[in-house]
Amino acid sequence: MSKTLKLVLDVLKPHQPNALEFSTALANLKADYRINLIVTEIDKKTESTIVTIEGEDIHFDDIKNAIEKMGASVHSIDEVEVCGTQSTDV
Amino acid sequence: MVTNGFDGALTMLGMLSGFYSSGMTDLYVAIIACLGAAVALFISGVSSAYLSEKAEREQELRELEQALVVDLQDSDYGQASRYLPIFVALVNGLSPLILSIVILSPLYLAQQGFTLLFSPFINAIILGLICIFLLGVFLGKVGNTFWLWSGLRTLTIAVATVAIILLLESFI
Repeated sequence: MSKTLKLVLDVLKPHQPNALEFSTALANLKADYRINLIVTEIDKKTESTIVTIEGEDIHFDDIKNAIEKMGASVHSIDEVEVCGTQSTDV
Repeated sequence: MVTNGFDGALTMLGMLSGFYSSGMTDLYVAIIACLGAAVALFISGVSSAYLSEKAEREQELRELEQALVVDLQDSDYGQASRYLPIFVALVNGLSPLILSIVILSPLYLAQQGFTLLFSPFINAIILGLICIFLLGVFLGKVGNTFWLWSGLRTLTIAVATVAIILLLESFI
């Protein structure tokens, strides 16, 4: 069983909720989630963002559902950090 | 809310002034006539707000879906575009209806046998003027302007309306 420690997502979101509300909603999904959001481009109705999520055990599906519920969409997973938790004796 | 509330209050004020200046004494007829107008205002407020708000929200949602290239029906935006028109429509419809019922309350009380200080029509007209003044005060608070000035402005409009209706009576 592996645990995801870090995810960097390319997310296209509407202007509302704003970056702070959007990040807060994601951070509230789990107590140990730390969110970093960088707006890379602003268009008339949308914002391109890079969302970095760090935590002890990140659930991608929950993150994706929360993002889509807020009207945004995950364009790509740009970076991941995963650690395995099951050791095998040789 | 204020726009439709103002419509409702002013309509009641107009009808009540008309009844008073014509010397109407039958409270039942006056209450039914005014309630008829209030219900019409309610349905007009609900239907017009719902239809226009729904069309606007759907257009906004379509534009956002095109910009994001996703289906937003299950998102918060999709839910808002479905439920917000209902909420706006209810506020638009209920505000004139509730204000009308409040303004008509002296007529109802008098019909039920309660003794009022003045004629029921005068009481209702005074209550209507108070409601319109309070709507102005609310507008002033919302618009961050001096509440008394805003209240007096709407009250002046209402007093002018009553005065015109009372003047009309002397010409007919």
